Amino acid sequence: MITALLVMLGIAVLLGTVLGFSSIKFKVEGNPLVEKIDAVLPQTQCGQCGHPGCKPYAEAIAKGEADINQCPPGGEEGIQKLADLLGVEFKPFGEGAAPKAKSVALIDENTCIGCTLCIQACPVDAIVGAAKQMHTIIAKECTGCELCLAPCPVDCIIMMPIEGDISTWKWQYPVYQMAVVK
Amino acid sequence: MAIPGLSNGGGEVRTLHQFHGGVHPLINKTQSNGTPIMVVKLPSKLVIAMNQHAGNSAKPCVEVGQRVLKGQAIGLPEGRVSSAVHASTSGTVTAIDHQVVAHPSGLPDICVTIVPDGLDEWAERDGVDYQTTSHSELRHILRKAGVVGLGGAVYPSDMKLDAHKHKIKTLVLNGAECEPYITCDDLLMRERALEILRGAEILRELLQAEEVLIGIEDNKPEAIAAMRAAVAAEQHVAMEVIAVPTVYPGGGAKQLIRVLTGIEVAAGVRSTELGVQCFNVATAYCAYRAIAHGEPLLSRIVTVTGNVERPQNFEVLIGTPVNELMALAGNKSDTKGLIMGGPMMGVDLPDETVGVTKAMNCVIASSPALFPPPAPALPCIRCTRCADVCPAELQPQDLFWFAKAKNFGKAQEFHLFDCIECGACAYVCPSNIPLVQYYRFAKNEIWDRENETKAAELARERHEYRQFRIEREKQEKADRLAQKEKAAMAAKQVAAEVSAMTAGNPEASGDDTLQLRIDAAVERAKQQAAEIKPANTEQLTAAQQADIAEIEARRAKIRELAHPDAKERDE
Amino acid sequence: MTEYLLIIISTVFVNNIVLVKVLGLCPFMGVSKKLEPAIGMGAATTFVLTLGSGASYLIQHYLLGPDLAYLTTLSFIVVIAGIVQFTEMAVKKTSPALYQVLGIYLPLITTNCAVLGIPLLNVQAKHDFVESLLFGFGGAVGFTLAMVLFAGIRERLEGADVPGIFKGSAIAMVTAGLMSLSFMGFSGLVK
Repeated sequence: MITALLVMLGIAVLLGTVLGFSSIKFKVEGNPLVEKIDAVLPQTQCGQCGHPGCKPYAEAIAKGEADINQCPPGGEEGIQKLADLLGVEFKPFGEGAAPKAKSVALIDENTCIGCTLCIQACPVDAIVGAAKQMHTIIAKECTGCELCLAPCPVDCIIMMPIEGDISTWKWQYPVYQMAVVK
Repeated sequence: MAIPGLSNGGGEVRTLHQFHGGVHPLINKTQSNGTPIMVVKLPSKLVIAMNQHAGNSAKPCVEVGQRVLKGQAIGLPEGRVSSAVHASTSGTVTAIDHQVVAHPSGLPDICVTIVPDGLDEWAERDGVDYQTTSHSELRHILRKAGVVGLGGAVYPSDMKLDAHKHKIKTLVLNGAECEPYITCDDLLMRERALEILRGAEILRELLQAEEVLIGIEDNKPEAIAAMRAAVAAEQHVAMEVIAVPTVYPGGGAKQLIRVLTGIEVAAGVRSTELGVQCFNVATAYCAYRAIAHGEPLLSRIVTVTGNVERPQNFEVLIGTPVNELMALAGNKSDTKGLIMGGPMMGVDLPDETVGVTKAMNCVIASSPALFPPPAPALPCIRCTRCADVCPAELQPQDLFWFAKAKNFGKAQEFHLFDCIECGACAYVCPSNIPLVQYYRFAKNEIWDRENETKAAELARERHEYRQFRIEREKQEKADRLAQKEKAAMAAKQVAAEVSAMTAGNPEASGDDTLQLRIDAAVERAKQQAAEIKPANTEQLTAAQQADIAEIEARRAKIRELAHPDAKERDE
Repeated sequence: MTEYLLIIISTVFVNNIVLVKVLGLCPFMGVSKKLEPAIGMGAATTFVLTLGSGASYLIQHYLLGPDLAYLTTLSFIVVIAGIVQFTEMAVKKTSPALYQVLGIYLPLITTNCAVLGIPLLNVQAKHDFVESLLFGFGGAVGFTLAMVLFAGIRERLEGADVPGIFKGSAIAMVTAGLMSLSFMGFSGLVK
């Protein structure tokens, strides 16, 4: 009886020492997974996921606090990429979280009063302007996050959907008639 | 495999090589190569697209209502990879707007519409002697003249003619024209061989190449004879016309290079790295006209064939509406659509009214009799006939598998981007699967995703910089407030001392307090001077001292140059 | 020398631990969706099994002896758990991506019936130290082989025209069964 206990104790102590040493030797700083998740996210910084930006959302996913289907701008593809990266099952969007068409913001220059509230709101600094000067959106940098719409006191910003033109056109997935065997 | 025995008539026996795969579709060229090139007279209007070449669109440089002359530039090149666009005849610019262009999407793009005035008046043009003009000047002339690759890729030719990057041994002229129905290069070689070869000499000079090899498929005996006669007539040195076996797609650049020189241009490698550059014969012709006669690219030979009364080749002004061209060829009533290009690689023209572009080498009128609708597709049975015929030695059935499953990573691993979209695989597929559509779709998707990733990267950088900027502003504000606090504290101290002095000595004169305040002010000024002292002028590293010595020496020199008789100032 | 070779051939092909002995199916089905995690899992299991076989032999032969034979299973599990913990830490440090992809299956190597089964089979067959090591190593190599083959097939299955009812786990099970059939063709190669 005693020998049995001693033997098990001995094994336990030995393993414990080994594991203790290795936990110090193999210590991992930070969480490189967060960078990998952040690289997959679309960087619109829109906050639709409920987190203030894409990096905080990535951190939440890495911790396991957030679900992978919270990001509408990434689309279903984004969810699939996250699922592949994390080795989890694909999960479709919930109700009302479906992605909208890509759009850029447009300021109505007749109405703009130059208050700079939208400039402070834009997460990627895509609005150019100064106090009491005209504000305008740099269309190329706008990610369509819609964070500038709310602060505007005169409601002069609207979202224009991006139209496809000849430079953005691409071949579609081929759909052809398959033979039907009667 | 080498095919011995195909000689150039009198010289050594040259060994040709074979490329992997290839198919032998019905040639169908006799319909349109029986008559000489017909020069098309002025159309009712010219619709000239600004995007006629690979790279950036040209930027319009004329205004609505302006009168332009023939050969006048109406679009200037923008950016490094770009070319110019010119007015094909004299007339008035009636519109600069979006019109439907010859693109498979059917979407509009910026076009300049010109109504000819019938005078066909040339702008000023001057040829130069290529042997006495500098290379960079010649390249500039080609860029301004809008000379682009007329084999189909319409890549600006001046960008392919920089001799400094690699040593070029062989210039290959591509007269193969392997696709069925198309005969424009055939007729050009028969009628204008001398000018093509003069153009080849110019290209050879620019590339500093040693030899010129002209590859022509052996189903064009008249063209071969005409070109050989021209070589002999003008006694071109180190230039050889070689008849290559007829096989599709023998006119692909990598395939022709393999046949003529035996060099295999591998995936991801450019032919120039292996000492070979390839140009179409029509490009050589246009280069000659541009350099020797100062004529920009204003027209091209277009084969009109298929379901028409008079299939033949036309020399068409760029911008001629296609329907007027079809009327000249006698479009039959049961034509259901038009194909731009050949039957293997062509795309459907979205609209009959589009203007002829520099890339349009052939228009085929298709009818249900001539081009029956494709049979319904069956599942892939993995027979690998497609892999047997692929000239790029790819695995089309695997590429189809991955493109269908949208597994783009694997598709790229299997070298999707080395596919030249020749259509040989779809031609032999027993299940009638439209393979090339899948590859086009996959390539576009991959490019799209790459662009999205780049845009997201940029957005992230901007966001991170914004966070950094806000932090920095907060920090600066805090520093400023801290400084103000200190100054306020110092002022309070002085005021306290003054009041203490006046409190303790009611009869103290204003002078004393004044003195105190003056002292305090001097003290403050000294403190401020001490605080804004430049950082680190004492402990300088050797490198910094050397830098400073250099700067001082330069300053002294400048001072001397400015005021040669002034005395040295103390520092 | 021939016995060692025979042990290897037997454990890798004839008595393949996954496809013939039908042990260790959990990671076999769970981590074989893609090729890279399958290889990673195979490598981790090889490490654990080889070390585990050796350590188990030493403990069983020298520490436990015939009196404390009832402690065999318990001590084996403890040793295996410790080795798996160590492996987990090492993987997390060297390849965080692999660590993330393997997910819960990495610590589940502890409960992998193959990883416990092989040391117990060693005890049953009364192998000596070298034979135990080789048996463990060979078993793990067979496990890796089966996993890599299966992962390759499953990657191809993703793009295939599988009927709706069979998509996902069903077709995977059918494939595993067919692979098992094929490996049974090796029987009789080694007695």
